[in-house]
Amino acid sequence: MAIAREAGPVGSLHEVREAGLDREDLLTVYRNMLVTRGVEERGHILYRQGKIPGSFYTGRGNEAAAVGVATAMGPDDVGTPLHRDMGVHITRGVEPWRIFAQYMGRQDGPTHGRDGNVHMADAQLGLIAMVSHLPAMLPVATGCALAFRIREEARVAVGWFGEGASARGDAHESMTFAGTRKLPVVFVCDNNQWAYSTPTHYEFATEHVADRAEAYGFEGVVVDGTDVLAVYREAKRAIEKARAGGGPTLLECLTLRMEGHAVHDDAFYVPKPLFEQWAASDPIERFRSWLRDNADLTDDEEDEIAAGVKKLLNDSLQRAEESPQPDPSRLAEGVFASPEDLDTPHHK
Amino acid sequence: MAELTYLQAISDGLRTEMRRDKRVFLIGEDVGVYGGAFKVSLGFQEEFGAWRVIDAPLAETAIVGGCTGAAIMGMRPVAEMQFADFISCGWDQLVTVAAKQRWRAGTPVPMVVRLPSGGGFSGGPFHSQNPESSFAHIPGLKCVCPATPEDAKGLLISAIEDPNPVLYFEHKHLYRRIKGEVPEERYTTPLGKARVHRGGDDVSVITWGAMVYTADEAAQQLGSDGVSVEIVDLRTVMPWDKAAVLESVRKTSKVLVLHEDTRSGGFGGEIAATIAEEAFEDLDAPVKRLAAPDTPVPFSPPLEKAFIPQVEDVVAGLRELAEY
Repeated sequence: MAIAREAGPVGSLHEVREAGLDREDLLTVYRNMLVTRGVEERGHILYRQGKIPGSFYTGRGNEAAAVGVATAMGPDDVGTPLHRDMGVHITRGVEPWRIFAQYMGRQDGPTHGRDGNVHMADAQLGLIAMVSHLPAMLPVATGCALAFRIREEARVAVGWFGEGASARGDAHESMTFAGTRKLPVVFVCDNNQWAYSTPTHYEFATEHVADRAEAYGFEGVVVDGTDVLAVYREAKRAIEKARAGGGPTLLECLTLRMEGHAVHDDAFYVPKPLFEQWAASDPIERFRSWLRDNADLTDDEEDEIAAGVKKLLNDSLQRAEESPQPDPSRLAEGVFASPEDLDTPHHK
Repeated sequence: MAELTYLQAISDGLRTEMRRDKRVFLIGEDVGVYGGAFKVSLGFQEEFGAWRVIDAPLAETAIVGGCTGAAIMGMRPVAEMQFADFISCGWDQLVTVAAKQRWRAGTPVPMVVRLPSGGGFSGGPFHSQNPESSFAHIPGLKCVCPATPEDAKGLLISAIEDPNPVLYFEHKHLYRRIKGEVPEERYTTPLGKARVHRGGDDVSVITWGAMVYTADEAAQQLGSDGVSVEIVDLRTVMPWDKAAVLESVRKTSKVLVLHEDTRSGGFGGEIAATIAEEAFEDLDAPVKRLAAPDTPVPFSPPLEKAFIPQVEDVVAGLRELAEY
């Protein structure tokens, strides 16, 4: 039996306005979701063209969850998005050409070719680069929240993890620490039902991951991760609660990973009817319909947004392809930070 | 100058930085109300408050990862592992996240992890280890191993000031046994600069931490036989002062590399290899290594004595080199 609160969908435009989004914001959310999917689709093409070394990962099906949470964050809030959370990078303002450069291992990617795929972040935008060891970024997000608490700043950290990563001790230790100290952190679980090939019932024995929150002394909420407005509403609520000193929330966004773990994986182990069921709840199509029904999205507006996204992606790809390869002679630079590296807004 | 124990010097260094810089905070198990298992932070919570001297849950991953996040947000965290051995539970946060963040993502992680390390008091396999070599092998981490009270204070202040993750190995067997003059004012001792603990002409000992004193006793014994031993205290294992080591080797032409950590893969191997590569022509004898055997640290006193290099072992090694 579920212990976490199961959040319902958002209904009317009025309800969305109550949650703090005007019509222009809604169109931005829609656009960010399109850019998110577009970046990953173009990335997939680059991969098939042999232009991306290593492997390639997407977050198809997770666009609403990622964009919804990121839209709820304040400008000074920080987060540790993972490989299904491209929408967080896009919403926070990372330019797509830099993401393509990152994919291709070029000099102008956020890690300058030193790390690949979504292992990147722009610290100036309040993001911290993920590592492969999931959920190793949860203690880091918790530590950001600790800094905010020590300095008594009204800022919030958002830490992402998957339902597979929920099995690891990092998640438990972070939630224990954050719960005991009521730290301003929101734990967001992208539950896409498959950790590589492993289904949820081999990762956790409760009905929801968010059911655990009760045991850590804070609220757990499960939300339909394909409903961007519901995700936004619940994330906003959790973030503002944390900001006000109310402590953490565990927000579980339920989706289905619509592709394999990475490009090499055809996800044969996922039952076909499950794909069909969730394809009917595609986050972008779902939000587009909602906008047409509730916010008078017109054909012209839709075309204009789609054309803008297409141009952005085309221009970005071209710019990324012009980015030089990284210089091997600089490989050993920056293993250790120098004092000048601390000359950033965070370290003043 | 005041005469302080090694432990008091660590407290003094930490207190100095916490008074000077509001970004510095201490977090660990039992560091607050209890003042730390070894009482390094006794009285700190009264002075600095419960949000700068934080009693953490028994969760090293949360402690080390929490420090990483706080450091990225501009704080200067100091984590205390209750025993160095427990850093194994925080390995991933230190090695996977903190060590690589500057190089791959451009985000510096200025934090210190204090690690009460070393044996000599029947701590057994899980309260006696010297894991510095494991971390010296990880690009992006610095490893500090002070031997004297003066260095304990100066190196800790440098470690806190440093923009990188620094592991500060404080040898438990030195805590109350070793006393020395320590300047009362704030000073820094640079990371990566060795110290000649004892000047000599015939044989060099390259070592660090508690082994400095084992080497010193051995050197005194050999001195009465007319063999002059030079002891180079590395102070920091990463970065390590290659120039100072090579200078001593060129002076004496014979060298013993000594450490309390186990032999195979110990940092002494790196030092010996470097001497062989860069000072081969200056050597009058093969480089000799003396270290603990490749076993876990034993509990019972006769076993532990057989494990940790003893003065007589060092004397024998030095005599062998002197007679070569």
